[in-house]
Amino acid sequence: MTNKFTRRVAMALAASAALMTAAPAVAGDWKPQKPVEMVIMAGQGGGADRLARLFQSIIQKENLASMPILPVNKGGGSGAEALRYLKDKEGDNHVIMATLNSYYTTPLRTDIGVNIEEFTPVARMALDTFVLWVNADSEIETLDDFVAAVKASGGEWKMGGTGTGQEDSLVTAMLEKEFDIKVTYVPFKGGGDVAKNLVGGHIDSTVNNPSEQLGFYNAGKSRPIATFTPERLAAFPDTPTMTELGHSLVYDMQRSFVAPKGMDPAAVAYYTTMFEKLNDSEEWQTYTQEKSLNPDFLTGDDLQAYFLDERSKHADLLSSMNEGS
Amino acid sequence: MLLADRMIAVFIMVLSVYFMWHAIALPIGWNGMTGGPGGGAFPFWLSAIMFVCAGGVLTRSIRGKSSYSGAGTFFDPETLSWVISVTVALVVTIALMPWAGTYIALPLFMFWYLKIFGKHGWVLTASLCLTTPVFLFFFFEVTLKILLPKGLTEPFFIPLYARFF
Amino acid sequence: MELLGHLAEGFSTSLSPLNLFIVILGVTAGLFIGAMPGLGSVNGVAIVLPMTFIVPPSSAIILLCAIYYGAMYGGAISSILLGIPGASTAVATTFDGRPMAQQGKAGLALIVAAVASFIGGTISVILFTLFAAPLADVALAFGPAEEFALVLLAFTTFVGLGGDDVLKTIIMICLGLALSTVGLDLISGQPRLIFFDEPGFYSGISFLVLAIGIYGVGEILYTIETSKSAPSVTPARLTFRDLWYGIKEVNKLWKTLSFGSFMGFFVGMLPAAGATPAALMSYGLSKLMSKKPETFGKGNIEGVASPETANNAASTGSLLPMLTLGIPGSPTTALLLGGMVMWGLVPGPMLFIEQPDFVWGLISSLYTANLAAVLVNLALIPLFVWALRMPFTVLCSLVLVLCIVGGFAPSQKMHDVWLIVGFGVVGYLMRKADYPMAPLVLALVLGPLMEKSFRQTLISEQGNVLAFIERPLSATFIALSAVFFLLPLLKYAKRAKRSEGVAGEPAE
Repeated sequence: MTNKFTRRVAMALAASAALMTAAPAVAGDWKPQKPVEMVIMAGQGGGADRLARLFQSIIQKENLASMPILPVNKGGGSGAEALRYLKDKEGDNHVIMATLNSYYTTPLRTDIGVNIEEFTPVARMALDTFVLWVNADSEIETLDDFVAAVKASGGEWKMGGTGTGQEDSLVTAMLEKEFDIKVTYVPFKGGGDVAKNLVGGHIDSTVNNPSEQLGFYNAGKSRPIATFTPERLAAFPDTPTMTELGHSLVYDMQRSFVAPKGMDPAAVAYYTTMFEKLNDSEEWQTYTQEKSLNPDFLTGDDLQAYFLDERSKHADLLSSMNEGS
Repeated sequence: MLLADRMIAVFIMVLSVYFMWHAIALPIGWNGMTGGPGGGAFPFWLSAIMFVCAGGVLTRSIRGKSSYSGAGTFFDPETLSWVISVTVALVVTIALMPWAGTYIALPLFMFWYLKIFGKHGWVLTASLCLTTPVFLFFFFEVTLKILLPKGLTEPFFIPLYARFF
Repeated sequence: MELLGHLAEGFSTSLSPLNLFIVILGVTAGLFIGAMPGLGSVNGVAIVLPMTFIVPPSSAIILLCAIYYGAMYGGAISSILLGIPGASTAVATTFDGRPMAQQGKAGLALIVAAVASFIGGTISVILFTLFAAPLADVALAFGPAEEFALVLLAFTTFVGLGGDDVLKTIIMICLGLALSTVGLDLISGQPRLIFFDEPGFYSGISFLVLAIGIYGVGEILYTIETSKSAPSVTPARLTFRDLWYGIKEVNKLWKTLSFGSFMGFFVGMLPAAGATPAALMSYGLSKLMSKKPETFGKGNIEGVASPETANNAASTGSLLPMLTLGIPGSPTTALLLGGMVMWGLVPGPMLFIEQPDFVWGLISSLYTANLAAVLVNLALIPLFVWALRMPFTVLCSLVLVLCIVGGFAPSQKMHDVWLIVGFGVVGYLMRKADYPMAPLVLALVLGPLMEKSFRQTLISEQGNVLAFIERPLSATFIALSAVFFLLPLLKYAKRAKRSEGVAGEPAE
């Protein structure tokens, strides 16, 4: 491993030396020489994985990259595995990573020796949204009904979501704090599992992403109560936002790409351009509309600032969660 | 034979203690953080059962009540040397893979296995040592797009990537 | 009638020359991918998925189904020939498939596996065609408590599988369950049992790593000792007469096959369960119902046929929750689901109404893919059997190379390759000391599901253990598992009593 490492460093040094003597690199100078690894911070089949594979397909279809982009799932330990892997890939120009919010929460919750400030931000493709859902058979129509029902249950209200410490549980914690309620949080393996358990009546409410509930919603089996977005979602025009209802609860899931520390700036430029083209593609635009994603494209230093800002927000959230339990 | 049986039982007991030691990092009782057993409960109590059962195997063997046929030895020297040499060859190959690359390590292993361990002829050895890496490259890398570790040999593959991807 | 009309329309697309060519291509590719230890349908589907953007969705889904089916058939090939289950669904196939290969009946075992898979697949597709929509509601009724009860049932059908040494069987089950907890604790979100602080353990210990280690590396070390140069498998020959004989043999097993198909389909249909428990339960049950249970595990044809029928039936069944509920039962169906999403289809209860072309195209392509898979498979059996005629050391070196590469491929981590060698050596030593391996592997497969559903139920029921028997469905399963647990004991006790009473009487 050390051999490989020093070799990579040597290559990186050689590359930077070449850069200093030659004219500064501009986008277009650099091209991947071998297939590019796209590390996914989640296991196969989840929302993050599906999205990453969608990107791969669009890139391949529109011929946006000269070498294939190969998705590799490293979902272990809520992304801890992927983060450690990216850290070891310092200076490698052929690795990018698809991230989600565990990009901040995982290093905050357990010490895995990774500082996300060191990674190179590439592009933020979208913000995924959250909606509060109940089963269509329930009598809950509004947020007030929901709060009243939870309070009446005396702590036995079952809120389903993904693993503890992941996004769904944070949103739930925010709800509990805002409305001064207490729910029983039941963790499931993935968003699809959560959605099915809501419709099957095994849990009482969820905070699924719209894409996870869409099929059931279209079939009239689940009901959105309120969204955790700044504005109403086009797909659910009748569903109010939490902000509208007087509760400043906004939460979203970022879908971004980052690169290892010390990636050649020319390579970063190459990938940024690639994602820019991807962002402009018709497939992506239709997809974001259908699935209520917010395609808020962001790159470079702005993205890094966003990451750091979100990290400190999550640090506060997590610490308030720990105080609560 | 009996010695081996006892050694394995002791090994399992040590292993279960090691598992238990890891498991107590999380709550092992009922109603830990949430309703029901805590995160460490399953590994801890399963290891505990394992410990007790391995202890049972051990005492049974010491008391001489083992159902295990005590005849013969666990290893005859020749078998032992074969098993050890194959294991060592595997370990060396795997250690070599990230460093010298799959396409050096695996042919070397095959050469050792076929020519030295299996005492096959040169023609068979050479043809298999050459065709296997080619097959692996086309099946795994070109068709299935699963990159195998290349290590130092990476630069040699860049023209191949350019040609086949 | 409306159903037949839809189906005929579906067939008109799936039987076009281009689509027939795609089916044969996909099935053959799937067969080879599935036959590689370590690789399964998930790899085949993952690689083809982006390409399917280029062809129309109807052809794309046909290609994907063909690969899916091909790989399911292929899994049995490596289970029988090499004794390494290529996927967790094929574990049960090794129990009798491997002994059959060792007795020189590899060809027969492969034929039986192929024909049984075909029957399982076909019955299941028919069930799928008839009842897809109403059955979705059954799947919905399955919550964590029912999941737990079902896994428990799968476990108990296996009581007594491990051999005679009870203590050692218990040790192996506990070891398997304990190993299955490595990685992340989903409920508390905390990492656990990260040995030596090695990041590779974060993702847990995958079934494939353990299976390749124990059945691949371990098996080779084990056979080295029998003799360095003698083949571990009697070379098999294959003629048309064998083929005919194989089909005739399968014909005798219609009871097992139809039972396996129905059960496979229903178990596979339940979102969390999938094909692995289905195959195990089918194997366990046919052993239980057999007149000669002692021949199981020693090369009984029924022991190959029953899990193969069930796992193929279950993989068809697992398409049902994917289409109607949008829940993938396996990584492969998750990828298929991803594909559907990319084509702009929204899986869910409305899919059958809004996109009938797609749904019926898919269903009809299941029929063709299944038929193509059995034909291609039967045609290739001589080739696979021929591979066994290689000198033992040549076969071993190739298998070891495949174990290394196949162990690396799914996760692309050297960590897993090291684990394979570790498990191989430890497994070999333990096997020599009479520790049964099957319970270990099964526990690792079923463990995560069992712990997760157990704890989910308790959390949502505020720690009330009685919840498992208060719900009708889960209570039924628990009662059944109690029966299966006690039945072998009763049988054993009865037999012991009888042999005491009338000594000298020949056993039945």
